[in-house]
Amino acid sequence: MHAIEILGLQKTYNAGFWRKRSKQALRPLTLAVEEGEIFGFLGPNGAGKTTTLKILMGLVFPTGGSARILGLELQDPRMKAQIGFLPEQPYFYDHLTAEELLLYYGQLSGVDPKQLSRRVESVLEQVKLSNSGNVQLRKFSKGMLQRVGIAQAILHDPKVVFLDEPMSGLDPMGRREVRGLIEDLKARGKTVFFSTHILSDAEALCDRVGIIHQGELRGVGAVAKLTAGVHGKVEIVWQGATIPAGIRSMGAECRAAGETMRVIVPEEIQDAVLEALRRERLRLISVVPVRSSLEDYFVAQLGAPLQSEAVSVRS
Amino acid sequence: MNSRVFHIATNTFREAVRDRVLYNLIGFALLMSAAAVLVGQVSIQIERLVVINLGLTAVSLFGIVIAIFIGIGLVSKEIDKRTLYTVLSRPVRRWEFIAGKFFGLSGTLVVNTFFMAIGVFGALAYVSHHFVSSDIGILVALYFIVLQFVIITALALFFSSFSTPIFSAIFAFWLFVIGSFAQDLRNFAAMTHGVTRWLATGAAYLVPNFSALNVITQVAHGEPVPHDLIVLNTIYALVYSMAVLSAAVLIFERRNLK
Repeated sequence: MHAIEILGLQKTYNAGFWRKRSKQALRPLTLAVEEGEIFGFLGPNGAGKTTTLKILMGLVFPTGGSARILGLELQDPRMKAQIGFLPEQPYFYDHLTAEELLLYYGQLSGVDPKQLSRRVESVLEQVKLSNSGNVQLRKFSKGMLQRVGIAQAILHDPKVVFLDEPMSGLDPMGRREVRGLIEDLKARGKTVFFSTHILSDAEALCDRVGIIHQGELRGVGAVAKLTAGVHGKVEIVWQGATIPAGIRSMGAECRAAGETMRVIVPEEIQDAVLEALRRERLRLISVVPVRSSLEDYFVAQLGAPLQSEAVSVRS
Repeated sequence: MNSRVFHIATNTFREAVRDRVLYNLIGFALLMSAAAVLVGQVSIQIERLVVINLGLTAVSLFGIVIAIFIGIGLVSKEIDKRTLYTVLSRPVRRWEFIAGKFFGLSGTLVVNTFFMAIGVFGALAYVSHHFVSSDIGILVALYFIVLQFVIITALALFFSSFSTPIFSAIFAFWLFVIGSFAQDLRNFAAMTHGVTRWLATGAAYLVPNFSALNVITQVAHGEPVPHDLIVLNTIYALVYSMAVLSAAVLIFERRNLK
């Protein structure tokens, strides 16, 4: 059974008062996330990440398709008791203290009243807010609110945790702590689905990522697998300070490093560069593929035309 | 009451108290004290009438203002501030949220009315030095005022489930004003003919009948309130509020929380 199963989910919003214009926020989205996986949902602002999360949380209704979490329908209270959700830029009842808020959410989630106080203490400790449990949330900084948000999402020990931009508003130390929390959730067998536009976070944490742009899923898979598919570059190093004319004419920028010269060129012209070195009888030291980053893949996907448009052009 | 509805109601009550809603009691206490002292000095034999009239009208107006101004934000504020997201992503059904908010604000108004009622009886004791048996009618009038609050809370919540706070306040306030003249509207409908009669009768029965829930003048004059009116008003307020709340739930169940 998949932890999250999304089948052709679509969402179209109608905007305008007199002349209705429709905006497709989500084109048919199909995606599956396995149990115990950390899945990163990547995309620029307005790509459809939050819309997807809101549909999964039952806050927004899809115009097409369906989704199941832990094999249960989205509106099923049994499913909701097993998931945790941190919205983007969370805002909480600021008349409550952090402790009161967590007690309230624990009651709504059906946490055993006998264990609730202990559970609240434990999550406050996990997010490093033990000393601020009795402070009203209106006095909290943005970073502290983000931590409370994470605390409420994991309070009831859910099986699947959805985090919308969990690192937003956190300082470098805070981001590191949240990464630690997410890794800890995975170690305890939980499934984590988080959206972000910070690629380094996704690269460091995720088993798999999905890239969404203009409401369309552009790619999904393990980071290493996705980046391997990007048209790569190679670094070629040879001995001496000579730059063959053939290489110079290609416009490649060569750099001297001690007794060696090095150049980074696209894979397509690798053979031509090696041939130029051979002609000049220069000693080749190494040819090393330069690993493309998730950012390269991400940028490549954002630049590609919409698949749905490409299909319509072909047909 | 289902436990989630109870917890949402408790939180709504706590929010109202911490947002200093009950501070209106200070204004009410000052008003009643001033009225009692003034009436005690200038009125001749009509102290009771003036204090009961003024006191109950003030209880009604203070409560209506609170019901409208808190009620209109009960849903829209939670959507704007996105506090609703972390509630509805839990095993909470949308109708439970609406019901919890309704009971929470109604509870706040009941507590508020209780303290204001003490103020009214205090002022009455000050000006007339004793209570008479017909004063029991004041309790009935207060009960009817609470029933008005229940209806207004349901209406404010209904408008809040689909409209902006400003429009919700305007709609709820006008319904309160029109509803206060519901009996006149019904009398007018009875005098008309044809389509006008159908439309006027429909409108007269659609707006809440607040005039039937207003027995302040009667009570101030020491006249008894018929028992069947108490039963009928109770049934009317409950059925009307339930219908309005059901409409609020129907709308809210289908609403996308953008």
